[in-house]
Amino acid sequence: MKIHLDEELKELHKDILKMGVMVQEEIYKSVDSLRERDRQKAEEVVNADKRIDELELVIDEKCIDLIARYQPMAGDLRFITTGMKINAELERIADIAVDISQRVLELVDKPLLKPLVDIPKLSAIAQKMVGDAIEAFVSKDVELAKKVVLSDSQADKLRNFVQDELLNDYIAKDAKTADRAVPLLLISRYLERICDHATNIAEDVVYMVEAKVVRHHPEQLK
Amino acid sequence: MDSKVKIKAEGVNFFYARSQALKDINLDIYENQVTAIIGPSGCGKSTFIRLLNRMNELLPHTNITGRISLDGRDIFEDSVDAVQIRKRVGMVFQKPNPFPKSIFENISYGIKVNGIKDKTFIEEKVEASLKKAALWQEVRDRLSDSALKLSGGQQQRLCIARCLAVESEVILFDEPCASLDPISTAKIEELITELKKDYTIVIVTHNMQQAARVSDYTAFFLMGELIEFGRTQDIFTAPKDKRTEDYITGRFG
Repeated sequence: MKIHLDEELKELHKDILKMGVMVQEEIYKSVDSLRERDRQKAEEVVNADKRIDELELVIDEKCIDLIARYQPMAGDLRFITTGMKINAELERIADIAVDISQRVLELVDKPLLKPLVDIPKLSAIAQKMVGDAIEAFVSKDVELAKKVVLSDSQADKLRNFVQDELLNDYIAKDAKTADRAVPLLLISRYLERICDHATNIAEDVVYMVEAKVVRHHPEQLK
Repeated sequence: MDSKVKIKAEGVNFFYARSQALKDINLDIYENQVTAIIGPSGCGKSTFIRLLNRMNELLPHTNITGRISLDGRDIFEDSVDAVQIRKRVGMVFQKPNPFPKSIFENISYGIKVNGIKDKTFIEEKVEASLKKAALWQEVRDRLSDSALKLSGGQQQRLCIARCLAVESEVILFDEPCASLDPISTAKIEELITELKKDYTIVIVTHNMQQAARVSDYTAFFLMGELIEFGRTQDIFTAPKDKRTEDYITGRFG
């Protein structure tokens, strides 16, 4: 039987997908702005945040409205509550893209400390994790979601590597490099945080589809 | 599922003449827990709870096979008195059905029928039952008024008090709030939650939210079959059977 709620859930799904696409775009742009040392792109990311914040509020309101009007159960309830959580995760990712861009704006007029090797690798992991998490949500693909969760440790390792290198090879040896090393250090931290949010989204997707809580219970992934 | 089983249905089939209303029902009702029975009209949920206190055998041309036990004893055994079963397993119906007598007499009637004559004992019992049913404060000054003067919600609580007065152990509720406003409904729901400390409760309801709010366990019936039984939280957030999911999310039909 087709019910009115189905139409509203489809709309909500579309909105979350739209939010996902917008956020992905901002990550790409912020990473590009770093690689290309592009001030304009970095500023575009900072300016786009308002639109994402507004969409976050719209989605939140829709979810609350659906709960109030339909008092959903089972799969519908899991979809709406997961939607709310994913919405918040996406908004946080967009905020982090802004943080990255702000660090890029600090760096853009200074000579490059070193050729960027591992940060682009880390950003590629972050972008893939976010893309896959959104894809897992859209296609209710639990296996893909689980892959996202499991790939988070890769990001942690790379972030630690970048951090150690910047601290030991640059800041410890020559404190004057700090004004260029610290923003890079922060960017590596931001990228790793994006991976954490992608992991949260993927864990929410597993709950949405299978009603299984894997958050803080990695053993449930098996 | 750690509570003691108060009522156990095993392989229960029930027929109205040739039409089979229940098919091979196996269900445990846990002591001091609220079990909700949900399902579309005609699915057999009311038929099922009427078996639990042998009310269906009052109807002609009915037949039951299988076993229903109360505290381990088959309630259909020849040596078991149906009236005793109905005393131990009380029932509250969709429409409040007070006797056309005073509020006091509505409660005292069942006690007197059980052979008790001690006036003080009866008065204390009436007061205790009305208190337990959260009605005492509203009626204490007009116990001799006709019960029919009470509001629908109060009448329903009076019917609950009637069960409590005869010391039922199990209370069956057949859509107890179907004819009540939201405030009276909330009072009955609160009462059910309060009563489960001392009683085992089974509630048939069409209201999904009510089942989700008041019950510990939920059973979903469909066309005379028990489709799914489990903890209420699991049934309403993650049902295992697609038919349960379709029903509770309103996609059934």
